[in-house]
Amino acid sequence: MSAVLSALVRDYAAHTPLRLRAIDAYMAFCAVIALVQLVYCVLVGSFPYNAFLAGFGSAAACFVFAAALRIKTDKRNAHQFSGSPEGAFAEFVFCHIVLHFVVANFLG
Amino acid sequence: MKVLGLSAVDQTRLLRICILGLISVVAIGSRLYSVLRFESVIHEFDPWFNYRTTKYLVQHGFEKFWNWFDESAWYPLGRVVGGTLYPGIMVTSAAIYNALHALNIPVDIRNVCVFLAPGFSALTAIATYQLGKEVKNETAGLLAAAFMGVAPGYISRSVAGSYDNEGIAIFLLVLTFWLWLRAVRVGSAMSAAVCALSYFYMVSAWGGYVFIINLVPLHVCVLLAMGRFSNRLYVAYSTFYALGTLASMQIPFVGFQPTFTSEHMAALGAFGLIQVVAAAYYVRARVTAVQFRAFVGCAVVLVAALGACVLVVLTMRGAVAPWTGRFYSLWDTAYAKVHIPIIASVSEHQPTAWPNFFFDLNVLIWLFPAGIYFSFRELSDNHVFLILYSVFAAYFAGVMVRLILTLTPIVCVLAGVAVANVFEAYLSRGSSGPGVAQVPRAAVIGAVLFLLCSFQWHSSWITSTAYSSPSVVLASRGPDGSHHIIDDFREAYYWLRRNTEPHERVLSWWDYGYQLAGMADRPTLVDNNTWNNTHIATVGRIMASDEDTAYELARRHDVDYVLVVFGAMLGYSGDDINKFLWMIRIAQGVYPNDVREQDFFNAAGEYAIGDTASKAMRESLLHKLCYYRFGEVMGAQAFDRVRKQRLPSSVSLHNFEEAYTTENWMVRIYRVKSLDNFGRSHHEAAKFDST
Repeated sequence: MSAVLSALVRDYAAHTPLRLRAIDAYMAFCAVIALVQLVYCVLVGSFPYNAFLAGFGSAAACFVFAAALRIKTDKRNAHQFSGSPEGAFAEFVFCHIVLHFVVANFLG
Repeated sequence: MKVLGLSAVDQTRLLRICILGLISVVAIGSRLYSVLRFESVIHEFDPWFNYRTTKYLVQHGFEKFWNWFDESAWYPLGRVVGGTLYPGIMVTSAAIYNALHALNIPVDIRNVCVFLAPGFSALTAIATYQLGKEVKNETAGLLAAAFMGVAPGYISRSVAGSYDNEGIAIFLLVLTFWLWLRAVRVGSAMSAAVCALSYFYMVSAWGGYVFIINLVPLHVCVLLAMGRFSNRLYVAYSTFYALGTLASMQIPFVGFQPTFTSEHMAALGAFGLIQVVAAAYYVRARVTAVQFRAFVGCAVVLVAALGACVLVVLTMRGAVAPWTGRFYSLWDTAYAKVHIPIIASVSEHQPTAWPNFFFDLNVLIWLFPAGIYFSFRELSDNHVFLILYSVFAAYFAGVMVRLILTLTPIVCVLAGVAVANVFEAYLSRGSSGPGVAQVPRAAVIGAVLFLLCSFQWHSSWITSTAYSSPSVVLASRGPDGSHHIIDDFREAYYWLRRNTEPHERVLSWWDYGYQLAGMADRPTLVDNNTWNNTHIATVGRIMASDEDTAYELARRHDVDYVLVVFGAMLGYSGDDINKFLWMIRIAQGVYPNDVREQDFFNAAGEYAIGDTASKAMRESLLHKLCYYRFGEVMGAQAFDRVRKQRLPSSVSLHNFEEAYTTENWMVRIYRVKSLDNFGRSHHEAAKFDST
């Protein structure tokens, strides 16, 4: 298992361009934010529930949108998608706009 | 050959647009029978509630509508209307009404409501075209649109006047599925986001959104099980789930259910699963096969154990709610009859008889398996979805008559695919080999065209005869063929509206609650929402008890008027005496010591209403209210036309006095007498008066 992980780390360090690393760092940040909110909810309680769901849900959604962006800007996947990386970023922005309105209404 | 100066491609495009326009016109036109025959009126029962709330929304604005607490429903409990309805259809109608008024077109809100469903049916046909085009090609799309425009299974819930949730929900269902299939095929996050928005609109419109939120994850899981994970699938589903679930929780009626009810757990599970699978594929692309196998072994064990623990703990602590009665009864069909009689008593919830399928789908019902066969032959990701949708929709349609509605879109699409394949094989100019000879080709095409025409004919006939009745207004033919309109319901409701005080409360069986609130505008005790079984059981007990008990219970609930529907003079078999057994069963469920079903059958075990009736039946309030003075009208040959029995020889009634009986004795309204001035019982007072 540790051999697999070290092989992964080596491959990542060698082959991942800067753009993807930036997105990965953002994804890790979103995951940490979601985790912090989850731990807070477990420790302190879930009231008000809608605020918790809005916060956790928006962190999870940001993670997912960034993952989608990463997949579509990765040059290794270019043959699977018909659009350009710029198009992928435009879709990323659109998803975030929709998410903004939903979460703003949900926070209460 | 250039027509209108257009190239061949543009010609076909123009032709397609014209065809879709014609399909829309036919779709709207074939739904207008009841408006032409009767008038522009809201039909049946549930649409009256939607109409009343739409009027409230238009008059008082969105803020007041969202926070509306209605004291006049479910007296004395009231109903939080803003939080217990699906606002989609009301908001849509109000938006159209406001848009038209902003353009200075003064359309009445009633007309907006009546014609909303036909308008949306045209949009549904266009959405079905897109779905067919997505799955196969434009030919299949056009055929599917043509089928969907007139298919009786869909028309039944979307005629003009049927102002119910399904009118716009089916359009949104097809739209969401089309966008989902496009998102999966292209791998576009934008399509998935728009699909999530369409899903949100669907959640706001109909409780059947549960079908979408279970079918899409099922599709994802089946694709993963088939080994067809792809980045496109990950992008599509993750975006759809993240946005769709958050958006769906904005509707108060749905609330936090997506986080804890069984109906939504499949979607959450699929979301977690696809994250794990995506991570696994990422690792696999970057390490050797041996290492990957070891990794997967460890990871699978870890994740499965974790998931199982979490699920067990949550279910044991009751954090994950079990399937609610309405959906559970789809799996265990005998459940509702024993535990929840109200669900079992609704005629729409009965299992489907075989003729219903032919009635509602005609030719499409055997083109449907052909379409499934063609889907299996191609078996792309989209075809897997179609097959899953077909199987589950067919099962649910077999369990409950009402759900033929959700089966209709997929039947239309797959029938379109099948016929498109037939056309391709027999109309092509033999590009792949010698093709088929002329005569068989002409015969096959001729036969198919004849069947399609007969389908159109059948649909129009069905619509005209079976699905265009407003239920509020009935029609019959006199012996000389003249049209005779029976407008008793509205006569009674308008009598109440004009001759009673605005605060006076009316007791009736729950079927008429929405109509009473909509047309008579009076407080009611129970209505079609049926959210409080005990209250309904209390009303059933009042109807089933003897006169004095019923009088006391009615006074305790501040009832001023009692309304019963009685069809014996006309032969209208949907009246309250025929529903009486259901009232008794529901009351018995809550008051087993006071109401017993066996008491209402006579010694021979028959459901008798005449002189041979059992004591409980003869003395029950409903029997008295229905048959009081009825013998006078019919004279010596007094006969109940529905039950086909002789009438009881005498019916006495002292605690209630007759307020109004309609022209054909269909609806009878009684006033609950206030207490006697001298403190006597009403029986004593009547005895004194008669001496």
